[in-house]
Amino acid sequence: MVGPNITVDALRHLAPVAPDWPGNEWWHWLVFTVILIVFILVMVIIFIYLERRIIAWFAARIGPNRTGPFGFFQNIAAALKLLLKEGVNPTNADILIFWLAPIVNFAPVIAVFAVVPFQNGALLADLNVGILFVIAIGSISTIGVFMAGWSSGNKYSMLGAMRMIAAVVSYEIPVVLALAGVVVLAGSLSLNDIVIAQERVPFIVLQPLGFLLLFVGGCAEINRSPFDLMEADSELVAGFHTEYSGIKWAMFFLGEFGEMVVMSTLIATLFLGGWQGPGLPPWLWLLIKIFIVDFIMIWTRATLPRVRIDQLMALAWKFMFPLALVNLIITAIQVLAWPDALPLYVIPINWAITVVLVLLGSKLFKLGWGRVEV
Amino acid sequence: MKFERYGIGIAKGMTVTMRNLLRRRITTQYPEQKLTVSRRTRGNELVWNKEKCTGCATCAKTCPQGVIHIVTSVGEENNYNVEVFEVDTGYCISCGLCVEACPYDALFMAYAFELAKYRRSELVLSRDDMLIENKQASAYFRPEVDKDLPEQELLINRKE
Repeated sequence: MVGPNITVDALRHLAPVAPDWPGNEWWHWLVFTVILIVFILVMVIIFIYLERRIIAWFAARIGPNRTGPFGFFQNIAAALKLLLKEGVNPTNADILIFWLAPIVNFAPVIAVFAVVPFQNGALLADLNVGILFVIAIGSISTIGVFMAGWSSGNKYSMLGAMRMIAAVVSYEIPVVLALAGVVVLAGSLSLNDIVIAQERVPFIVLQPLGFLLLFVGGCAEINRSPFDLMEADSELVAGFHTEYSGIKWAMFFLGEFGEMVVMSTLIATLFLGGWQGPGLPPWLWLLIKIFIVDFIMIWTRATLPRVRIDQLMALAWKFMFPLALVNLIITAIQVLAWPDALPLYVIPINWAITVVLVLLGSKLFKLGWGRVEV
Repeated sequence: MKFERYGIGIAKGMTVTMRNLLRRRITTQYPEQKLTVSRRTRGNELVWNKEKCTGCATCAKTCPQGVIHIVTSVGEENNYNVEVFEVDTGYCISCGLCVEACPYDALFMAYAFELAKYRRSELVLSRDDMLIENKQASAYFRPEVDKDLPEQELLINRKE
């Protein structure tokens, strides 16, 4: 109860400390969140379009070119079709979890973008634990997958979900270790500070092995070909989202490509220098880099055949995990040796180490104690 | 030592797909873009040469489907007049046996697109529908026609 002799000025001191809104206004947060969500959805649509178009070019086909200019509205037509389809609920399904799973799968993808800088300081939340946030929130998608597999009431969905979780959890380790190398180099977990630390050279030049590990591990984590055996279109009936249809299936599809956007953004930010670049505005540089990474992902999808499950797990545990550890140790030693700034002559040394380690890793890579052909 | 295992196989594969990316597209955009088909195509319709036909009805006898209906009358110069010559293309299997059997080179297969019809009765071709003057005969079983026909066109070979 406030007494009559207390002024309004004093009341202002009693008010709780205002949260650190961007621009010190709460509606900035609202506006930028909405802009970011729209940005992600548009990026997903562009990514799906590019995927279909570029895969077609790789196969010497033309791709979608009928709906709208250059077939760009093909995805919008497909989304409309999915919205109008019937959402079938299986009899054995655990309905509440069945409905929640697509949301749990897709929501973290949007949340990750809160810490991605589009310019110096132009990000929703400059967390000092940025990368940790990305990894922690990004992993929640996996729970959505497991919820989907479990609640479908179908043993094949369950098996698909379990295979996917096995792969994702395995590849999380080399990915995190590769990210740790970047963190050691930059001396900060904040994505904005990491981008600023790449002012001299992008980390792909300093840490080619880390980039390779993050790219391969990232492709495996988001179930991109050649690691897409959990939902292999030509072999299985979709794995964990077998029972989904209509808008709920579309959410999973959105989540899949949203993860692709996230992974491209992450690689572009951590290894290709994020918004750094001469001439063009910073956000455009980030977009260009995202699309370059996306193109390479599509290129590998068009090229490489799908791996077997034993190859998939062995690659994570016997090849990438040791290499990631060695990479982290070498980076740590280098940072200890030159605490101020790494001299440029470590670049050839690091490239040589990468080549030697990859050759050594391939030489020692065996399946089933050497009884199984790799 | 298998170098394929050290990432060289991947690099090779990547160059192969990149070469395909830079290659000419091979998909035909059909309604807008009609390519010339093979000179010896069977097509899906028949062409009839009125002058050469003697009304012997060999084609009707060879037809495995029995869809050729031919009615003749005796002419004044010890010949046949073809009164009715009808082919029910709804039952035709485009085997080309009638063309091969014709002893007087009066029947040809033809170049044809878009022969879909709205009624079954329209599928029955009368003698006026098949006149060689209005159609482009193909060189199926008639190699002598070959040289006058345009060469087959593929997008992959096309230079523009």
